[in-house]
Amino acid sequence: MTEAAYRNDFLKEVEAHVEAGHEVKRCMQCGVCAGSCPFGPYWQHSPQKIFMMIRAGKREAVLSSDAMWMCTSCYNCIARCPRKLPITHIMHGLANYAHRLGLAPKGQPTRDFAVMFWQNLARRGRVNELKLTLGHYFKDGIGAGIKQGLAMKAVGLGLYKAKRLNPLEIFGGHKVADLSGFHAIVAKAREIEDRKRGLAS
Amino acid sequence: MSEMKTAAYICTGCGIGDKIDAGTLEKIAAKEGKMALVKRHEFLCGAAGVQMIRDDIDQEGVTHVMLAGCSRRAKSEAFDFPATATTRANLREGVLWVVAEGGEHDEIRQEMADDYVRMACAELKKMKVPAGNPATANNKRILVVGGGFSGMTAALAAADAGYQAVIVEKSGQLGGWAARTWKRVPAAMPYAEPQETGVAELIDRIVSHPKISVHLNATVAETRGAPGRFAVDVATESGAAHSEEVGAIIQASGFTPYDIARLPELGGGAPNVVDHAGLEALAIAADGGAIKRSDGAEVKSVVFVQCAGQRDDSGAHLPYCSGHCCATSIKQAMYFKNANPDVDTVVIYQDLRVPGMGEDFYRSAQNKGVIFTKGKATAVKAAGNGLRVDFRDLILDEDAAVEADLVVLATGQVANSGVDIELPDEDPAKAQKVSILNLAYRQGKDLPILKHGFNDSHFICFPYETRRTGIYASGPVRRPMDMQQAGEDAVGAALKAIQAVENASLGRAAHPRSGDLSFPNVRLEGCTQCKRCTVECPFGAIDEDEKRFPVFNESRCRRCGTCMGACPVRVISFENYNVDTVGSQIKCLDMPDEFSEKPRILILACENDAYPALDMAGLQRHVYSAFVRAIPVRCLGSVNMVWITDALNSGWDGIMLMGCKKGDDYQCHFVKGSEMAHYRMSKVDDTLQQLGLENERVVTHEVAITDNARCARLINDYVAQIMAIGLSPMKGFG
Amino acid sequence: MAKKNIAFYPGCSSQRKSSAANYLTSARAMCEKLDITMNEIPDWNCCGASVGYAEGGELPRLAITARNFALAEQHLPGQDMVSTCAACWLATRETQERLAASPQLMQETNEALAAANLVYQGQVKVRHMVEVLIEDIGYEALKTPVVKPLQGIKFAGYVGCQTNRPFGIAGESFENPLYLDKLIEIAGGEAVPYDQKVTCCGGALAFSEPDKAQRQIRQIVESAYDPGAAMIVTPCPLCQANGEVYQSEINKKQNTRFNMPVLYYAQLLAVAYGATAAEAGLDGQVIRAARLENIAA
Repeated sequence: MTEAAYRNDFLKEVEAHVEAGHEVKRCMQCGVCAGSCPFGPYWQHSPQKIFMMIRAGKREAVLSSDAMWMCTSCYNCIARCPRKLPITHIMHGLANYAHRLGLAPKGQPTRDFAVMFWQNLARRGRVNELKLTLGHYFKDGIGAGIKQGLAMKAVGLGLYKAKRLNPLEIFGGHKVADLSGFHAIVAKAREIEDRKRGLAS
Repeated sequence: MSEMKTAAYICTGCGIGDKIDAGTLEKIAAKEGKMALVKRHEFLCGAAGVQMIRDDIDQEGVTHVMLAGCSRRAKSEAFDFPATATTRANLREGVLWVVAEGGEHDEIRQEMADDYVRMACAELKKMKVPAGNPATANNKRILVVGGGFSGMTAALAAADAGYQAVIVEKSGQLGGWAARTWKRVPAAMPYAEPQETGVAELIDRIVSHPKISVHLNATVAETRGAPGRFAVDVATESGAAHSEEVGAIIQASGFTPYDIARLPELGGGAPNVVDHAGLEALAIAADGGAIKRSDGAEVKSVVFVQCAGQRDDSGAHLPYCSGHCCATSIKQAMYFKNANPDVDTVVIYQDLRVPGMGEDFYRSAQNKGVIFTKGKATAVKAAGNGLRVDFRDLILDEDAAVEADLVVLATGQVANSGVDIELPDEDPAKAQKVSILNLAYRQGKDLPILKHGFNDSHFICFPYETRRTGIYASGPVRRPMDMQQAGEDAVGAALKAIQAVENASLGRAAHPRSGDLSFPNVRLEGCTQCKRCTVECPFGAIDEDEKRFPVFNESRCRRCGTCMGACPVRVISFENYNVDTVGSQIKCLDMPDEFSEKPRILILACENDAYPALDMAGLQRHVYSAFVRAIPVRCLGSVNMVWITDALNSGWDGIMLMGCKKGDDYQCHFVKGSEMAHYRMSKVDDTLQQLGLENERVVTHEVAITDNARCARLINDYVAQIMAIGLSPMKGFG
Repeated sequence: MAKKNIAFYPGCSSQRKSSAANYLTSARAMCEKLDITMNEIPDWNCCGASVGYAEGGELPRLAITARNFALAEQHLPGQDMVSTCAACWLATRETQERLAASPQLMQETNEALAAANLVYQGQVKVRHMVEVLIEDIGYEALKTPVVKPLQGIKFAGYVGCQTNRPFGIAGESFENPLYLDKLIEIAGGEAVPYDQKVTCCGGALAFSEPDKAQRQIRQIVESAYDPGAAMIVTPCPLCQANGEVYQSEINKKQNTRFNMPVLYYAQLLAVAYGATAAEAGLDGQVIRAARLENIAA
């Protein structure tokens, strides 16, 4: 029982720093989001609970929850929310905020994959599917990677035969031509965003 | 009406003529029914058919008309002959549409139609066109008891419609709780901010209105009379007494907040714990500035505890939801947020109930940063200089606590309903209560209480109606409500009061037989002073004189006939509905003999629900037995036991009574009629035994208007049961 | 049929030898028959997809998509920006709406674009290929080029998430969109009642949470078998890939015997319009759609 329980402090922090965070206060706790999420059986907290926890001031519990990382971006919660809260975006925003603060769960596979995905696309402007996949398999080290890669050999071979996977992508692959311009845009956007949200770059 | 001239009209339209032999019906109407004129028409409700009847009335001197065709509930506008007694033989909904198809049923179908023509003719000859009650009462002033928001609104509505209004207010000023409220829940777009109450303007309008007079510091010492002629003694604190003559009364005596001292576990009675009214007082003192506690400290955090002492199933507190408290707490939370957005405001609710446009208001409060948490408060205790609220967070499913400078308990509304006339005199709870109306009625001093201490109102589908004709409950005295609803309620009650005085001045019935000119006639020389009519009248319309004879106050009467059903010596009657109009139908049948295998089942069906349900069974083509004959009655309460014994003596094989749902959730249009009938029929077994008949020969059913298929099923099951026990041995003796 | 020009945004998965390469192949064949000219936006970049949120944040995501807008405005003025990929369409439409609604975000985005001497003027109209088919050409006219109706083949129309929520196709319901069934019928096939029509396949979490995603996929494939579907049809590259390539994994782990081809609506229309198996990208199936190949041959 902390002094800040059911105070506005954390809610205000979320409103100031989290994408779509100003919408959290409008949740009316009906629970339709919780019943609409395909990963309902797996998360620690439903969106409904996350929003209530924000209002109850449970900062640590919210930012270290795995709930946001279970979002498949199916948008079912948004479609069904009677209050039209952009729940998917709030969950993404919370994930981003927790990640940037370093409070998100360590080794959370979707967190790691999401970071890798962004880095992959940011490097050359377009996604290199092979590197993304291999990077993902090898994230826990070479041994685990080979094991994963072998386990998924059939999948990769099928795609290769169907001309939907190119082993040569490992040596480069698709990219945007004006790569420096692309990098400059991303860097500038990041700089503005971090300044706005008070995050260290 | 000096000379009776009867006429029968048989319609062959809607396929009636294809399946039923009209010639036979004509013969029966002429020979057995003794109708002076008998005519057939293929489209009776069409312009030509109706004109034919009108011509006979105008030119042939016809005074009584029997129409054989569709149900009495169909084409009532076409067949509207106000100065002519009219009966209907229900051949379409009652025969054509319910008897099974096929030639093998032709005989019993025809017999059913024949009997309905016999019955309609028999009834017709016993009827008179009601002349109306000559003892009309003409006072059209309207008394409003209570000068709060609902009472003031009702008085203004009546006065603006051209009727004199008199307000009797117990306290020294008008306005009630509304005048002690800083702002009200919004009643207009965009439903986002608390708005001015408008009470001061309302009071100004009342005080300056030429048609409204006001008694302050005044109460009602006694109310006598009936709609159109109430005499009300008004007692004032100074000791002066006035008498007011009025035509109708609106009781808007309001509510009292549930006493928070009865909620010590939630801090009731402790410092810095207030109810809604207490917070309004603090808000008025703050006048838009920072709200301060009674010790002068500025409130920086506040917690609202919803449902305090309400929705309680332990029996200790109010069992019901008062409806307005969620919106009221939202409004009060905004008082804080609007003065200072940094005040922490938490509303602990179980279910946020904001009917109407309240959802917009709720959203607006959320946008202001009011924290709503679904939970149940368990304790409010002093903590430091403030308070701590312990509660169960029902979303996070854990025990939680929140600290606050001030706690507001959302307590409920308790009706100012006067004495509970159904409680025995010695009940101590009753002794505490003071009567509001002090009615000089045999049945007690105040309006009956419906539920949870709220005055009788809203019986079944009819808001504002009470069991005391011409007296209408309005506002939170009849059910918990907010200002918006109380305002609408007041206008509704004022319109009902106006309707009542107008009907009374014309000698007509009030709701639900609004406009009915018939009224109970009593042959006092035959009365045995048994008092059953005075006791059983659901509306308290009948007083007793000093010799203990019944005194009928016709303008209080709803014309249900429950008195007629009660009377053991059959001295009560209506001109167009009496022991003979029904009795003659029961006795006119061509009764098949005991060995015919053609039983005859009498259905006495309440005209409000059961008879329409039977008609609709026909409309939906639910097939039922052609052995039944249905007679509509005004209310099951009007069924006199003599009809039952007459029917049994005439050889009817079974009797089904179909009335409305009784009990706490009754649907009887006359409140107690169905219940009375069930009670009376529970005693019929003695009669049956005396006649040597089985108990099954009389059954009673509760039927809703939607029970169409069920009606058919009940009939068919009952006919099968009667066939199993055999036909009545009483045939041929009647 | 009037000739139509679109600013085409293929997206990463549609590139040569990428996971949805055959979607692009079939879309090209389909558009050719419908006289739609696909003008690829020069030097387009990735949309960021949904899963970019963790590291990308809000403004960088908006900015990279705005770069595509700026390029489309500059090089293909006046043409609708059309995606075939559900995620590309969702990300671009979201960006367009958010920038239109917020002058501040618009200003910040252009500040970022200025770093590459680009500017977004807010003129781009973002659309999905399905919208072009339904709204610009219309169901009736889509029937005209049909020469080889896919008679007797039952398809389960799997709409999935991102062409359906939160924007969806105008006039369709979130819970039971019907446009895909209509496209199946236009191609001459039979659309079976399919109760997993809008179920999530797990999306990008098929990589990071394979077991959880494969439970979704199993449900989706199994429920297509129930009403007797021979193939699944979808408008989404990720739905297609997840639905198709993990069947062998599920078979291995859960002892099922799934072998359900998963196709794009564009492949169905291309075949119905007379394209060869190669033109319709049927050679790009991991699970081959033999019955379609026979018709296309």
